[in-house]
Amino acid sequence: METYTLIVLLLAATIRVATPLLLAALAGMFSERSGVIALGLEGMMLGAAFASAAVAAVSGSAWLGLGAGIVAAMALALLLAFACVTQRGNQVIAGMAINLMVAGLGPALALAWFDLGGQTPQLEAAGQRFLSLRWPWAEAARAHPAPGLLYAELISGHNFLVYFAAALVPISAWVLYRTRFGLRLRAVGENPAAVDTAGVAVNRLRYQAVLISGALCGVAGTYLSTAASSGFVRDMTAGKGYLALAALIFGKWKPWPTCGACLLFAFTDALATRLQGVALPLVGVIPVQFILALPYVLTVLLLAGFVGTAVAPRAIGVPYLKEK
Amino acid sequence: MSTPAKLPRWAELFLLPAINLLVALLLAGVVIKVMGESPWAALKLMTGGAFGSQESIGYTLYYATNFIFTGLAVAVAYHAGLFNIGAEGQAYIGGLGVGLVCLWLGAWPFWLVLPLAILAGALFGAGWAFIPAWLQARRGSHIVITTIMFNFIAAAVMTWLLVNVLIKPGQQSPESREFAPNAFMPALHELLAKVGITFTSTPLNLAFVLALAAAVLVWLLVWRTRWGYAMRVAGLNPAAAVYAGIHPPRVTIWAMLLSGALAGSLGLNELMGSQHRILLDFPGGAGFVGIAVALMGRNHPLGIFLAAVLFGALTQGGSQLSFDMPRVNRDMVVVIQGLVILSCGALENIFRRPLAALLARFAGRKDEV
Repeated sequence: METYTLIVLLLAATIRVATPLLLAALAGMFSERSGVIALGLEGMMLGAAFASAAVAAVSGSAWLGLGAGIVAAMALALLLAFACVTQRGNQVIAGMAINLMVAGLGPALALAWFDLGGQTPQLEAAGQRFLSLRWPWAEAARAHPAPGLLYAELISGHNFLVYFAAALVPISAWVLYRTRFGLRLRAVGENPAAVDTAGVAVNRLRYQAVLISGALCGVAGTYLSTAASSGFVRDMTAGKGYLALAALIFGKWKPWPTCGACLLFAFTDALATRLQGVALPLVGVIPVQFILALPYVLTVLLLAGFVGTAVAPRAIGVPYLKEK
Repeated sequence: MSTPAKLPRWAELFLLPAINLLVALLLAGVVIKVMGESPWAALKLMTGGAFGSQESIGYTLYYATNFIFTGLAVAVAYHAGLFNIGAEGQAYIGGLGVGLVCLWLGAWPFWLVLPLAILAGALFGAGWAFIPAWLQARRGSHIVITTIMFNFIAAAVMTWLLVNVLIKPGQQSPESREFAPNAFMPALHELLAKVGITFTSTPLNLAFVLALAAAVLVWLLVWRTRWGYAMRVAGLNPAAAVYAGIHPPRVTIWAMLLSGALAGSLGLNELMGSQHRILLDFPGGAGFVGIAVALMGRNHPLGIFLAAVLFGALTQGGSQLSFDMPRVNRDMVVVIQGLVILSCGALENIFRRPLAALLARFAGRKDEV
C-alpha cells in the first residue's frame, strides 16, 4: 500500500509539473505549425507570470490576474509576429530578444512598483490565487484507497488551470485536424505559397497563430505565479519555455504525442524531486541533475535520429514574401 | 527572396548600429520613465559609472573581455551560416577546463600554466560544441535547438560536478577551492606597475590582451586564409560551395569547434583573472550577450570589440546606476541587451529601408550638382 500511495502522489506531482509545460508546448505547436519558430515561449510565459502576479496582488483577483497575464503575453506575441512576419526578421533572434528583454523587464518593473527586490508581493488573501478544487466525495473516497486515492489525488484536487490545460489537448487536436482554420494553419507551415494561391492571407494566418500561442503562454505564466507558487520571482520560468519546445519536438508537433512528451518530462522532474538523496537498491543514489537533464538528452537523441525521427514543418523559420 | 536594401558601407557598419542602439536606449528610457526616474539622469549616471574613473574603466574593460570572447564565438559560427546559441554552455564547460588546469597544476610556474589553461579552455569549449556540430553536419539536427539543449545539459553537468566532486570539503556553497596564486592571471594594474604606470586596482587582467589577440586571430583566419574563405562561401551559399570543392559539413564542424574554443576562453578572464575558483553559473549570461555583441558588431572583430566595450560599459554603468537610483536595478541592463538584439537583429529592416531611401536621395542630389 505504501508503494501504491507513493506512485499516486508521484503521478499527481507529474500532473502539476506538466501543466505549464503542456500549455507552453501547445502554444508552441500553433506557432510552429504556422511556420514561425517558437523560441519566445520562455519570455512570453515569464511576462505573463509577472503581469498576472502583479495584477492579482493589486486587484485581489486571480481571474483579473489571468486576464492580465494573457494580455501581456499576447502583447509580446504581437511584437514577435511584427518582427517575424511583417518585418521578416530572423525568428530565432526575435525570440531570444524577447526572452532576454522580459527576463530583465519583469524584475526591473517589480522593483520599481513593489520595492521588494524584484518580486511581487506574496499572494496570501483568498481569491488572489488559483487554489485546488475539491471534487465531491474526494475526502470520503480516501477510505477506499485503490480507486479512491486515484480519484482524490489525480482527478480531484487540482486548480482550474490544470483542467483547462487537460481539456486543451483534445481541443487543439480538434482545431488542428477538424477545422478549416487548422487545415490552413498546417498548410501555411508546409507550403505558404500554395495557401496564398488559394486566396488565403499567409501573414494574417501567422499573426493569428502567434497570438494564440501568446494567449496560451499567458495561461502558462499565470499558472506559474498564481497557482503553482504565490507570486512572481526572478527567472521563475527557469527554462520551462525551452523544455516545452523540446517536448513539442519530442511530440513531433502533434497535440497528443506532445502531451505525452510533457507528461514524460514532468514525470522525470517529479521523480528527481522524490529521489533526491534516496539510495536505490543496486544503483545507489542517482544524481538529481542527471534525471533533470534527461529530457534535453532525449530531445537531442531524437533530433539526431537515434530515437525515431522528428520532421519539422517545412516552411518553419522562413518569412513569406508575396511575389509581386 | 527579396534582397535587403543596399546601404553604403559606412552606413551599414556605423550609422545603422548607432541608430539601433539609439532606439534601444530610447525604449529603455521610456521604461525608466515608467519606473518614475529620469532617463537623462540615468544615462549620465551610467556613462559616469562606466567611464568616469580609472576604476570604472577597468571594470568596463573587464566585463568587455568576456563579451569579446563570446561575441567572436557567435560571429565565427555566423560566418559559416550557423547560429550558435550554445556559447553560454561552451563557456561554462570551457571554464571547467581552465579551472581544472589551475586546480591541478597551480603549483607550476605561471608561464607553464597559462598555455595549458588556454589549451584546456579551448579544448573543453570546442568539445562541447563538437556534438551539436557533428549532429548538424552528419544527421541534420537543427543546431539552434541542439545548442540550447546543450546549454541545459552543461548546467546540469556543472552543478553535479560542483556539488559532488569539485566542492571544497567542509564548505556549504558549491565552489571549488581557490586556485594557487601561481595560476592567477596577472592583473593589468600589476603589469602596468612594472613599466612604471600607475593604474587603480581592478579585475582587469591579462585575459583582456588575450581577447584582443583572439580578435586579431579571428580576423586573420576568417578574412585572410583559404579556410576562412571556404567558411564564408559555405555560409553564404552551401550549394555553390560544393561546386567550388568545399565540403559544407566539414566547414560546419570546424567553424563550431573554433566557436566553442573562443567561448571556452571566457574562463581565462572570469575564473583565472577574477574569481580564482570554479563556481556555479560563472558565465552569467555572457553567452547570450555574445549574440547581441556579434549582431551589433556586424560579425567583424573590430565591431565586436566596440560592441563588447559598449556592453561592458552597460554592465558596469548599470551596477553603478543601481547604487545611485535604488528604484532601478541591474536588470535594466538586461532589458537594454534584449532591446539591442531586437532592434539590431529582428527589426533591422525597419530602419534599413528608409535609411537606404534617404541616402539614395542625398546621393542623387549630389549627382545633380
